[in-house]
Amino acid sequence: MGKSTTANAVKDYYAKAQAIISDPDQGKRFFNNVKNFLILLVKIAILVGVGYVILAPVIGMFVNSISSNRDAYNPMVYVLPESPTLERYSLAIARMEYLPTLLRNLLYTGALTLLQLLICSMVGYGFARFKFPFKNFLFGCVVVMIVIPTHTIMLPLYMTFREFDPLGIVSLITGSSINLMGTTIPMYIMTLLGCGVRSGLYIYIFNQFFRGLPKEIEEAALVDGCGVWYTYFRIMLVNAMPSVITVAVFSIVWQFNDTFYAKLFLISDNVVISKRLEGLRPLIANVDQILDPTIQQLYEDAGVLLIVAPILIIYIILQKNFIEGVERSGIVG
Amino acid sequence: MQKKKKLSLLQKRSLMGYLFILPWVAGFLIFYVRSLIMTGQFALSSLSIDAVNGGYLLEPVGLENFRYALRVHASFKQVLTTSVMDMLIDVPLVTFFALFMAMLLNKKFPGRGLVRAIFFLPVILNSGAIQAAMELGAMMMNGGVASQATEVAASAGETMAFSIDYLIDMFVSLGLPASILDYIVTAVARINDIIAASGVQIILFIAALQSIPGSMYEVAKIEGATGYETFWRVTFPMVMPHIITCVVYTIVDSFTGSEVVDLAYSVAFDEFNYGLSSVFSLISTVITCIILVIVCGAIQKRTFYYN
Repeated sequence: MGKSTTANAVKDYYAKAQAIISDPDQGKRFFNNVKNFLILLVKIAILVGVGYVILAPVIGMFVNSISSNRDAYNPMVYVLPESPTLERYSLAIARMEYLPTLLRNLLYTGALTLLQLLICSMVGYGFARFKFPFKNFLFGCVVVMIVIPTHTIMLPLYMTFREFDPLGIVSLITGSSINLMGTTIPMYIMTLLGCGVRSGLYIYIFNQFFRGLPKEIEEAALVDGCGVWYTYFRIMLVNAMPSVITVAVFSIVWQFNDTFYAKLFLISDNVVISKRLEGLRPLIANVDQILDPTIQQLYEDAGVLLIVAPILIIYIILQKNFIEGVERSGIVG
Repeated sequence: MQKKKKLSLLQKRSLMGYLFILPWVAGFLIFYVRSLIMTGQFALSSLSIDAVNGGYLLEPVGLENFRYALRVHASFKQVLTTSVMDMLIDVPLVTFFALFMAMLLNKKFPGRGLVRAIFFLPVILNSGAIQAAMELGAMMMNGGVASQATEVAASAGETMAFSIDYLIDMFVSLGLPASILDYIVTAVARINDIIAASGVQIILFIAALQSIPGSMYEVAKIEGATGYETFWRVTFPMVMPHIITCVVYTIVDSFTGSEVVDLAYSVAFDEFNYGLSSVFSLISTVITCIILVIVCGAIQKRTFYYN
């Protein structure tokens, strides 16, 4: 029975092969199928490969962060630790004062993101919907702002906020300028004036999006007796939801990750949690007397994951809207 | 009075427009225009902090700082060249890699959302502090679990180095120019950096691909174009305008994270040589802008605008 089926199958294949060879049409289709299959394989291989390159350090850090001291020195252990432990996390949480710092950091990031959304959408709307003299020149300035690397102006910024004295008002009252270094006030002031972390880019995104919205919406609002501000807040901003989400995600991620301004303004590590990471290793070495660099590394990996986690969760929640928002917000101009 | 009233609606509109952009105009004047002027001033003078009154003193020294930076300073020129070279190597690679990945991710397939989320990870992980920790970790790792990542990387590096040597020998004996080989080898060695640097660009290109009308592909199909032709005759011209956005973003981004910035920062805040730091910033900014203008001009000439 089995023999005959094999023989039949072989016969079938033989017949098929004959047909493919003799008939050019079928041969073409066959080769097309093979080609498509191979292309699909290559695509999957590339996606998996690049995905692995991205994920590998994260997986490595995760494995490190749950492995115990014995696992760390056991050359037989690969990816799956023998005796997983959560001790790394508990110590890292304690030494970084994780929860209070994270809370303060999220509040700080959230407040700045809201400011960014408000100011940048306002400016973008102004550029998109109003005609005024020097408009093109001013919009050119927005592009200049995107292009100029921030480090060019870092010294003057430092000086400005070190001796903060707008128009001489402060020195008029107190007699001397105030030093805003070490506080978060410089960041709030800059964001409020549309010059925060990558504000230029957000203005650009909002401008592109508002330009793409139909004018009829506003005209209808105007006919119905809406003022300009009411139109902007209650109608345009609601319609701009995709770009609002896009900008919100970018702003949260970049603000949370920002070390440039945090370093420049000497913002304390009470507010910026990524600054705690730099101190984690020495702290563990000195306070807990864990002097082995390999073991210290495990704690640091746990710390990195703890810092990335909240932002990752926010991204996953907003992810679907975000990609759709990017697609619809005309970010690409 | 009468005339004023006649114009008032338009005038009111334009005044409203100014009101909307007012915060940004103020910020731009205070933080950018003023700062750029100050940077120029600092670069031309020797600056000392006045500890008593809390101010600073400027002492004009002419082009001394520039002379020092270009003639005397030990590492500036070298760091600058390395940063610029890195950038020039990265930009085409990142652009094409991002376009390629965007085309893969644009098609519908199961698990697309997850894959897209993974490709956004580098943007999240691209923070200065986290990068520093990861690099430090890579250097410190030795033995056991802690070593696995380096071990894998090291062994991969070894085999890769071996096979690359072998391949290079092969291609050299085939008569390929050494500079092209160098470029390819550098590209392969930097694949990690390139992937990490192209998160935002991939998103930009996905959005760009979404904006191409589907009817163009239908026409191409009906006319019997192959996939290769469709890419070069439809997809590529249509995303061309966005390539400029992408290139500008890549150049600015790679310069913001480059060693020149670190050098300028450390000179200013560790050595308190503000004048020299300003010179570093100015020179690197001018070079960036020149590169931007040249690259954008070159691309702009070949760009086709659909609308």
